[in-house]
Parts: sequence; structure tokens; C-alpha cells
Amino acid sequence: MRHALSNPMLMVGLAIVLFVTTMAALAPWLAPFDPAEIHVHAILLPPSIEHWFGTDMLGRDILSRMLYGARVSLAVGLIAVGISISIGIVLGAIAGYFGGKIDAILMRITDMVLCFPTFFLILAVIAFLEPSLWNIMIVIGLTSWMGVTRLVRAEFLALKEQEFILAAKSLGVSHLQIMLRYMLPNAMAPILVSAVLGIAGAVLLESGLSFLGLGVQPPDPSWGNMLTEGKDNIQIAWWISLFPGLAILITVLGYNLLGEALRDLLDPKMKP
Amino acid sequence: MTTVLQLQSLRKSFDRGGFWSKSDDRVAAVDAVSLTLKAGKTLAIVGESGSGKSTTARLAMRLLEPDHGEVHLLGHEITHLQGKALRAHRKNIQMVFQDPFASLNPRMKIVDTVGEGLRVHAANLSKKERVARVAEMLELCGVNPEVMQRYPHQFSGGQRQRIGIARALIVQPKVLVLDEPVSALDVSVQAQILNLLKSLQQAHGFAYLFISHDLSVVRHIADEVAIMFAGRIVEQGSAEAIFATPHHPYTINLLNSVPIAHPDARQPIDAVEVLADQEDVAQSGCAYRLRCASAQHDCATISAQALLAQQPCACIHPCIDE
Repeated sequence: MRHALSNPMLMVGLAIVLFVTTMAALAPWLAPFDPAEIHVHAILLPPSIEHWFGTDMLGRDILSRMLYGARVSLAVGLIAVGISISIGIVLGAIAGYFGGKIDAILMRITDMVLCFPTFFLILAVIAFLEPSLWNIMIVIGLTSWMGVTRLVRAEFLALKEQEFILAAKSLGVSHLQIMLRYMLPNAMAPILVSAVLGIAGAVLLESGLSFLGLGVQPPDPSWGNMLTEGKDNIQIAWWISLFPGLAILITVLGYNLLGEALRDLLDPKMKP
Repeated sequence: MTTVLQLQSLRKSFDRGGFWSKSDDRVAAVDAVSLTLKAGKTLAIVGESGSGKSTTARLAMRLLEPDHGEVHLLGHEITHLQGKALRAHRKNIQMVFQDPFASLNPRMKIVDTVGEGLRVHAANLSKKERVARVAEMLELCGVNPEVMQRYPHQFSGGQRQRIGIARALIVQPKVLVLDEPVSALDVSVQAQILNLLKSLQQAHGFAYLFISHDLSVVRHIADEVAIMFAGRIVEQGSAEAIFATPHHPYTINLLNSVPIAHPDARQPIDAVEVLADQEDVAQSGCAYRLRCASAQHDCATISAQALLAQQPCACIHPCIDE
């Protein structure tokens, strides 16, 4: 444990993640203004004591909109990763445990999906569906399970040959029980790391989609669509784009740091 | 005396080629292995690494599917059983594994690991009864039942092996397959485990299929011995007969390779055999002839299987004297 606390990567990552999560959770109480409230007398104000991060071209407070935007980013990150991890565990477990033809078929499907550029696949799907927060979460989840699937499969392949698995088979423990009670708990560490890193990817993906107008729709705030709103006035009002951009950067960095640190921490071979 | 486990001409080969290679590069890990294990007795399978003894154990356990041959357990042919039908027979044959550090689920408490067999085969037991039975079994195997809420990493190798034995015995099997159960332990702990196995056998009449490469361990525990080389049995008989009057040159070589404590009692080992390449396995005739000091021309043409059907030793020029 002391080893964990002295790891700067872990502590910085954890601090950022906790900070962003707290901000998102407490947004209604922390936000100084209503994020959708238009102030015609306060258009394009630079950062000041009253508006820390300035206001946009409709006079809305950037800080308030960012706090609410954090809720969108984190919700998308968590739910999209929840979906992709669930799919990945189920497919990877079946492929790794049973092997043979089932494995070959599932892995070729995974390879095929992996061949599509995810971002353009999502663009195509969203073009057919209505762009909404839920659709974004589901579509990101449905297009990012391949890495987890491969990871879980590799873990299960390695575990399958372990003697304690053979012992369970000898006792007649059912396949489902072996997978759930023997293999999955022993494969949890890398899955957790992959989930944390996946959140960073999902946050980035949501921002990109919202920036293109295919994600969260205005007037609801999201870091991505705030960037879009700011890009037309970037030469006279840099603050509209800068702060949401920094928020994306810091959040993604935080999750990446946390993920990398957990990887080092949970890998028994890396322990000194 | 009743036969509890019978293996009939088992064969298992593994593919050496990868996914893309079309070659029929298959290596027979076990070939034409027939063994009979009687109730309450210990049959030891002895051989060097790669001789197919662990594969034989896993075939008997139905953890591997044989290419050919049959496994009979308590008079039932279980070679082709699947699913529920196989599960019902599994409680009659259990296994203790070689590596005490890999054979217990690191994420499961001891009480759950040992109680697992009861969950499967005595599902009507209440949790309380199950825990009581686990405590009883741990005690029998020399583990203090108070520690059963702990996880495997909190135990030493010898204790883990006792826990592994308890896990196997809790379903009251007739046959216990022991795959090098003491080779990962230090010598003092080895003796404790062997004595535990012996006393359990005397008290409860388990039959042991004992896999080992350590002849001094085998001499201590076995009633019957089968010597394996390159996937085949080369000599088979009672432990006294094998240790007193070995016939097959490979058996003799194995016996001579056991280190002798007293310097004056040591005999020089034949230089030819020491220099022989470990990989030399003949593909025709007697598999051992390339490493054998007493090999002759006709060794290339004999059928070891046919010889073994007639006599306890698969050698055409067995050493009768000694």
C-alpha cells in the first residue's frame, strides 16, 4: 500500500479523476449561473471575477456550462465503457474458454470490426439515428469492445491451463461456474486497467462527435459542442474554446495516468 | 481384489504444427498404454520428463480426450461420456496436482476451494453442513480447520498440498491420481505428505495412481510400478520385482541413476549412457535402442507392444542376471 501511495502517476491520476467526478456530481450546487440562461448584456465577456472563464456569444457562463458538460463526458465515458466491457468479457470469455472453432469465428469477427475506422463507423451509424446522448453512449460502447475481447480471451487462454482450473474440471464444476468463479476473478486486474483507459478514449470520442455536431445537441452543454461554439469567435474570444479544451485534455490525461498506474500496480511481475 | 481403474491401449498425440502449417507433424505423447489399478493399491508410473506420464494421468481423469483406447472406472466405460453423465463419475476419481502454488484458486478461500466438490456432488447439503465436512476433511489431512477462511497465498507449499489433497478426497473418490504430488516440496515435507497419503490409504482404502520421476519416493509408496519411456510402458510389475530384478535396460539405467549416499556403495555409471542424447527416440522397433548400451541389430525390428503382451518387460534382450 505504501508502494501505491508513493507512485506519483497514480496519485496525480486519481486526484484528477476524483476532482472531475466531484465537479460533475456537484455541478448544480457549484455552478454560479444557470448553464442555459442567456444574458444579453454579458455577451463575449473575457474571464473576470464574476465570470471566471468568461461568457460565450449568448452571454452564458462558460464555467457553469463546463461543470454541466463534465456530467455529459463522464456519463458517456462510464456507460459506453460499461457496454464495451460487458460485450468484451462475454465474447472474450467464450472464445478463450472454449477455443477451437468458436474461438476462430469470434476472433475473425473481432478482426473484421477492428478493420473499420471506429470514428467513421460511428459517424455513419449516427447519421441514421438521431444524435442524442443515449445513442452516443450505445454506439461508442458497441464499437469499442474489440480490445477488451482480445484481452479477456488472452487471459482466459492462459488461465485455462492452470492446475486449479483442471482441478475444478476434475470435480465436475460446470463451464459457467468455472468461468465466473475461477477465471473471471483472476482476470479482473487487466480488465479494470482496460476499462479505465477506455473511459479516456470514450470521453475523447464523445468530444469529437459533439464537436462535429453529431453528439450532444445544443443548447445542452458538452465540452465538445462548446469547442464548436467557440471556434467562430476564437480570434476575439479565445476563452470560449480554451477552457473546455483544457478540461478534455486534463480529464483524458487523468484517466490515462490512472490506468497506466493501475497496470503497473496490479501486474504482479512488476512488483519490486 | 476388484479393479477400480483400467486403461486400455490409450493413445494420445499432439499436433506440433501451428495454425498455418499443413504438415502432419504429430507427436504421440502416449501410445498403447494399458494399466490396471486395484482397489486400495498404489500403482506408480515412473519415467523421465516427456515420457507421457502426466498425459496418461490426464487421460485417466478425462481432462484430455484419447485418440484411441478406453478408460474404465469402477467397471464403467467413461471414455466417451460427456456432460452430466461424466460429472456423475467424476467424484470417483480425483487428482492432486504437482504445483501447490498453481493448483489452488488464488481468489478463493480455502473453505470454498475444499468445499467445491460438495457443492457439485452433494448439492443438498446446507452451507453449515458443508463447512463442517470441510473442517473434518482438513483435520484429516493435517490442516488446522481454523484457517479455512484464509486465502491460498497465506500457506506454505506443504500446507497447500494438504489442502489440495483435502479438496480431492472430500468427494470420497475410489481412485486418487497423484501427479508428482511431492516433487515441488522439500525433502522433509515430502516425507510428511507421503506418510499422510499412506495413512489415508490404510484408513480409507483409496487406490492411488502415483506419477513420479523420483524412484526413492516410488519405492516408499508403490505396490506396482510401470516404467514409461517415450509414451510407452517398457516394464511393469510389482514394486519388489522391479526394484530387485529389473529387466529392461532403461529401468536398470533409471535405477542406477538414483544418487547413492554412501561413497563406497556407488557404482560407476556406464559412459555410453551418460553421453547419450536425451532426444534420441527411435521411430521404429524399440524406442530406446538409440540410447541403449546393449542394443543389437534385431532391436530395430521388434514390436515392443507384442513383447509386453507376453512378458513384463518390452525388451528382446532383457538382462536376466543381476
